[in-house]
Amino acid sequence: MRGPAPALPSLAGVAARGAQPAADRPPKIQADGLNFYYGDTLALQDISVRIQPNLVTAFIGPSGCGKSTFLRTLNRMNDIIPGTRVEGRVLIDGTDIYGSGIDVVELRRRIGMVFQKSNPFPKTVFDNVAYGLRVNGMAGSRSELEARVEESLRQAALWDEVKDRLRDSALAMSGGQQQRLCIARALAVRPDILLMDEPASALDPIATQRIEELVYDLKKTYTIVIVTHNMQQAARVSDFTAFFWLGRLVEYDRTDKMFTNPGEKLTEDYVTGRFG
Amino acid sequence: MSASQRAGGGAIARRRLLDLSFQALALVVLCLALAALGALIADVWSDGGRRLSWDFLTGFPSRRPADAGVWHALTGSIFVILVTGLLAVPIGVAAAIYLEEYGTRSLSARIIEINITNLAAVPSIIYGLLGLGLFVRALGMGRSVLAGASTLALLVLPVIILSTREALRAVPPSIREGSYALGATKWQTVWYQVLPVALPGILTGTILALSRAIGETAPLITIGALTFVAFAPDGLWSPFTVLPIQIFNWVSRPQAEFQVNAAAASLVLLALLLTMNAAAIWLRDRYQKDLG
Repeated sequence: MRGPAPALPSLAGVAARGAQPAADRPPKIQADGLNFYYGDTLALQDISVRIQPNLVTAFIGPSGCGKSTFLRTLNRMNDIIPGTRVEGRVLIDGTDIYGSGIDVVELRRRIGMVFQKSNPFPKTVFDNVAYGLRVNGMAGSRSELEARVEESLRQAALWDEVKDRLRDSALAMSGGQQQRLCIARALAVRPDILLMDEPASALDPIATQRIEELVYDLKKTYTIVIVTHNMQQAARVSDFTAFFWLGRLVEYDRTDKMFTNPGEKLTEDYVTGRFG
Repeated sequence: MSASQRAGGGAIARRRLLDLSFQALALVVLCLALAALGALIADVWSDGGRRLSWDFLTGFPSRRPADAGVWHALTGSIFVILVTGLLAVPIGVAAAIYLEEYGTRSLSARIIEINITNLAAVPSIIYGLLGLGLFVRALGMGRSVLAGASTLALLVLPVIILSTREALRAVPPSIREGSYALGATKWQTVWYQVLPVALPGILTGTILALSRAIGETAPLITIGALTFVAFAPDGLWSPFTVLPIQIFNWVSRPQAEFQVNAAAASLVLLALLLTMNAAAIWLRDRYQKDLG
């Protein structure tokens, strides 16, 4: 630690600057002036960000900074919480997902989500992966369904461990396996974006490493947004990093720059562990 | 240092003693409750046990106590409770799903909620009067199995709704989120994820509610089931009687032999109730095992 903890600098003007990395491709996800309310509480303020396709973007920040809330606005998961409200726009492939005529069900199929606490359904391993295919009418014949389940489990690096236990309850697996099952389940419905909300925070280092390797492999096919409170993890897996603080986006840039030469004092203090 | 350790040790000893005395108290209370139940069953058994026989189970009412049986009332009870279940369970579960999963927290929803809770506490004879006015007279069902079952269905509906809502509320939100995140609709989430997890709780609540209904006498007397019925019900429109009414009938006779019959019929009713409760436990354990 270098000296005493500094007083937190004022945020005035920070959000307005909202450094954006140069866009080399049209963004996969773009938020414009997004405000989010829980009841009367403003939880996210004026978030604008452009997330690149086929890269991993990490959201970091202290607890309660709004990073998970922002992640959940990207597939409208906050809709199921009563009393929430969104202002501004979120564009995915150029379409405003809060616009009229958007089918939330179809939207969520296209945007897979993995939660902080693994939440396999209390069903068999096979049925967990097959569920999304069935509810979306993608199951096809029995052999097609089985092939798709196997493919998804292979993508999630879980097939070799569970191929003889497909009929066993998913709840009998270890925590790390359960989380990879949730990833396989999300991949089965062929999303093009994968949102991960602290996917490894409840896992031991070995299971965490497997998830991180998986994220690295999956970004070839998917656009991945990962929320993490573990800065080493953000540095290891992500190409871009966004730092949230008190409901605002403080800085967003290439991960290497964010961790070595951040533009904001606040970012530097956070990534060097001086607060948070 | 050592003084504080001694003080800590004393506090721990006191807490252990408190723990033990509470355990002992709970055990005593449990034994009292079980003893009361045991005494009741033993008393009924000593009165009516010798009367129990295959002939008693399959016999019909008779002026001669030794010839009288309970077949008409036993089949009546089972038939009425089956129809009650068929009427009340789908409506009750559907209402609970609406209130818990679809309903908003609006003022009208809260008023409905409070009213359901109140309805669960309404004396059963009031339901009997409602059944008499609505089903027997206004809808012209007469003193039929259907009228009796409809009345009992109204009686158990609030209990089924309340216990189903409890069971739905106990389903972890993470399961709903996981389902929504995969692109499932609300209905798919409820049907494929929430209901299977809530099923053991729903079954337990439902069977306990039906067990209450099977022992009900007042509402059925009110709708006119206390008539002499000497045959097993043969359809929804058939007149009927049930075990509690047959017991009531026999108890109110002056001959001592009919009192014995009443005790024996009570044993049959108890056996029916215990069977239903055992079924509830068996179903619950079975489904919980499936969930792993």
